[in-house]
Amino acid sequence: MNTSKTDISSTPATQYAGPWRTAWRDVRRNKVAVGSLVVLFIIIAACLAAPWYADHVMHLDAFSSNINGTYLVNGVPKPVLETSTSGLGLGVNPIGPTWDPANFFLGADNQGRDVMSRLLYGGRNSLMIGFVSAVICCVLAGLVGVVAGYFGGGLDAVLSRGLDVLWAFPVYLLAICLSVVLINATLDIGPITLTSGSIILPILIIGVIYVPYVARPIRGQTMSLREREFVQASVGAGATDARLLRREILPNVLPTLIVFLPLMTAINMLTESALSFLSIGVQPPDASWGTVINDGVGLLYTRPMVAIAPGVMLAITAVALNLFGDGIRDALDPKARLRGAV
Amino acid sequence: MWRFAGRRALAAVLVLFAISVMVFLIFFATPGADPAARIAGRNASQETLAQVRASFGFDKPMYMQYGLMMRHLFIDRDLTSFVNRGSQVIPQITQAIPVTLSLVIGAAVIWMVLGIIMGVAATAGRGTAVDPIIMVFGVIGVSLPVYWLGEVVNLITQSRLHDSWFAWVPPLGYAPLSDGVGTWALHLVLPWMTLAVLYAGIYARVLRSEMVGAMNEDYVRMARAKGIGEGRVLIRHALRTSLIVIVSLFGLDFGALIGGAALLTEVVFGLQGVGKLTYDSLQNFDLPVILGCVLYAAFFVVVANFIVDLAYAWLDPRVRHV
Amino acid sequence: MSEPLLEVRNLRVSFRTRTGTVTAVDGISFTVDPGEVVGLVGESGSGKSVSMLTVLRLIDNPNCVIEGEVLFKGNDLLTMSDADLRSIRGREIAMIFQDPMTALTPVYTAGWHISEQIRAHEKVSKKAANDRAIQLLTSVGIPNAESRVNSYPHEFSGGMRQRVVIAMALSCNPSLLIADEPTTALDVTIQAQILELLRDLQSEFGASIVLITHDMGVVSQMANRVMVMYGGRLVEAGSRLDVMREPAHPYTWGLMGSIPPTDGTRAVRLAAIPGAPISPSDSDRDRCLFAPRCTFATDSCRPQPGLIEHRPGHSDACIIPFSERAQRRTEALAPMRART
Repeated sequence: MNTSKTDISSTPATQYAGPWRTAWRDVRRNKVAVGSLVVLFIIIAACLAAPWYADHVMHLDAFSSNINGTYLVNGVPKPVLETSTSGLGLGVNPIGPTWDPANFFLGADNQGRDVMSRLLYGGRNSLMIGFVSAVICCVLAGLVGVVAGYFGGGLDAVLSRGLDVLWAFPVYLLAICLSVVLINATLDIGPITLTSGSIILPILIIGVIYVPYVARPIRGQTMSLREREFVQASVGAGATDARLLRREILPNVLPTLIVFLPLMTAINMLTESALSFLSIGVQPPDASWGTVINDGVGLLYTRPMVAIAPGVMLAITAVALNLFGDGIRDALDPKARLRGAV
Repeated sequence: MWRFAGRRALAAVLVLFAISVMVFLIFFATPGADPAARIAGRNASQETLAQVRASFGFDKPMYMQYGLMMRHLFIDRDLTSFVNRGSQVIPQITQAIPVTLSLVIGAAVIWMVLGIIMGVAATAGRGTAVDPIIMVFGVIGVSLPVYWLGEVVNLITQSRLHDSWFAWVPPLGYAPLSDGVGTWALHLVLPWMTLAVLYAGIYARVLRSEMVGAMNEDYVRMARAKGIGEGRVLIRHALRTSLIVIVSLFGLDFGALIGGAALLTEVVFGLQGVGKLTYDSLQNFDLPVILGCVLYAAFFVVVANFIVDLAYAWLDPRVRHV
Repeated sequence: MSEPLLEVRNLRVSFRTRTGTVTAVDGISFTVDPGEVVGLVGESGSGKSVSMLTVLRLIDNPNCVIEGEVLFKGNDLLTMSDADLRSIRGREIAMIFQDPMTALTPVYTAGWHISEQIRAHEKVSKKAANDRAIQLLTSVGIPNAESRVNSYPHEFSGGMRQRVVIAMALSCNPSLLIADEPTTALDVTIQAQILELLRDLQSEFGASIVLITHDMGVVSQMANRVMVMYGGRLVEAGSRLDVMREPAHPYTWGLMGSIPPTDGTRAVRLAAIPGAPISPSDSDRDRCLFAPRCTFATDSCRPQPGLIEHRPGHSDACIIPFSERAQRRTEALAPMRART
């Protein structure tokens, strides 16, 4: 080559920090993404504090029924379930919000339980189910997508048709089918036994049903990566499949999967809540935002706060996850085409 | 084009077959439950059980069972519910179809119009406050749980403000078109808007990202260099190429909704559509109805997929010869 | 001399970025006369494309700052209203872009593209516009124009697609055609055909052409006049013969050295200009920007010498006395060649 040593450094080369650190710096510069992250942290911290709140602020167990419970009004105990004043005056209504953190802040549900405590406990489950099922979904989809896209041929045909079939189901219906059949059964999968009503079940179901949404773009990306020059160069240098997958394909697919993670978490939380709302997700006495909304539907016109509060929490969390996800996408993978931008 | 359509049709039939097998396996081959007991309902007598076993052939090998099931469903069309003895599955589904169609078509019109307006306006308003404001609305639409939104709408229109602003809102439920278009629409307008919120959000977001991508393409710069007005560049060039993605998305979502994905909206607003039918049969554990509904749903999704493929070829000349 | 068709005065284009201002075009001035072909030469990032995009205000980056004047037939394009500008775009000034693969909207036929442009400027029926599209496609050498007018962009080969783009550009008889690297994305044999087509059309239609390229070979085939850009500034301008025979600026020497000689011995390797091109984000602009790569750079290369006309119609921006140039050039090229 003819390029001499004369002074290429006349323009000081800017230090390149590597793709991950650059992306993280971009996320940190993005005010919306940072704000969303802060909101998420606050919600997560509050939900993690659920047992502390129930034991030390509310002094009431959030899961056992409290029909004969009382609360204090100006030092005088009053029943949590007050006699209904409407209609025939026969039924009972739980009390509404007192806006006193130690005293049924958001009121009680129809079993006299504290709604605020159940909201926080429910958040733990909703967040956990949403996140874990999103991880499961992304890992499975990454596996299926990369294998199908990389090896191609018959393996790809089988996997892709499988994805097509799964894709052809409206996701809610698929989740419902699986839930209906499985939710009351006791399953033995090798060493693990899932008892009926286990919380693992909705996690697995939700994790699986969204696999095609993520796997399809990953497969496409892997296929086009395989044709790219730098991968072909590695092939030419005699790299093994294992090395190619680990060194060339995976590092390039990973950002897409990470972009999907917060978005899938949001979708999965909404799906979980819908299933719980239909009583085929999280089973009582466990709580999730969906089950609390379901509890609240019966009280909708008398004590709307029971249903409104968890819905608002769900919406705020989903908005924060979506905005954070957008921030990550912009930073990591500006060209990502996400199906449905969901 | 015809060969393309033929190949796609064949693939659609194969997928349908695979789905029917999968649904069958989910319900009849999962461990831990006797399918006969499921079909017969919870407290069936031994005689009923034996009768069911014989009529569905649960003593026969699996593929025979599958064949019998499909025969009851498609050829004899006499698969009966075991919860409401004697009531057949197929008529129940055909009764529910107009309700679901009314709900989904109305919502689809609203969300397509809204989504496209929002997407185009956000793209046109890049660099101003218009874009982020519209997009925040989009994100909120995507993030609201549909059933919860429906309940809140009910709370406001049926209870809290029913005596003032929303006195015109009829009680929950469906009014057939034969009652007059006005009555029909009045019963459906709130469900339409509730269902449309989510999809308008999704479509606005997708359309904006597609259009912003298109606006950076060479062909848009070329179109500007030709002396075409910015509005025409936006609509005829950027929107037109971005529509390819939107239309394929629409086909899939529309098919899924017709197929029962509108379930939550139907449940919340008391509409006896296919989704509600599935939900009710689910509550009663009425397996024959669930099976029928799910297969019906899958059929619509697959048909929608097929139509999407054709629309794709029509909208995008590049794929016609694939 | 008649009034110039296009006159660019002290044009400056910069972009605000996170890390500071980036200057893409740094105060250039030039004119284009009616009917002439001007070659604008420079390597990637020298600002040649940006400056011509600015002429039609085609940069829609909100962080772009444009200063100066661009007078077309006496009117300033930079301050003109959008509606007035639109009536000039496509009708008076047409553009051809580098990559014909992406310059046409993929969902419309060739005829649709051409008709759209005609109908944007003239009130004619669809039928008449389509007929003109067929004529134009024939005149740019597309066989079977009657049927090809209904073909989609992806159904044309690269060279044919560039012909479609050229037909579109010529559809309203523009008085100025800006061709931004029109042959770079094409095969060598196709390049020659397209250049020949442009030359024929230029003599037929009589439009002025600004030909943006990094290829001195293309310029030598096409241009009446040559302008050389480096780092957003003009470093040399003159008639083709002057610049090709007696390039004045050391940077142009380097450019010329990178054309394979067609005569004499072929024993030597092609010369390359040492160092990397100046980055547009370089903040030290108060000097000759080529100095870091120039064998003859001295302290007096600061501040940047302006364009000096050392003989009629041939000017350059270098402090070396003109009389010494020929000798310096031999000195400069000798070690470059020897090194290989």
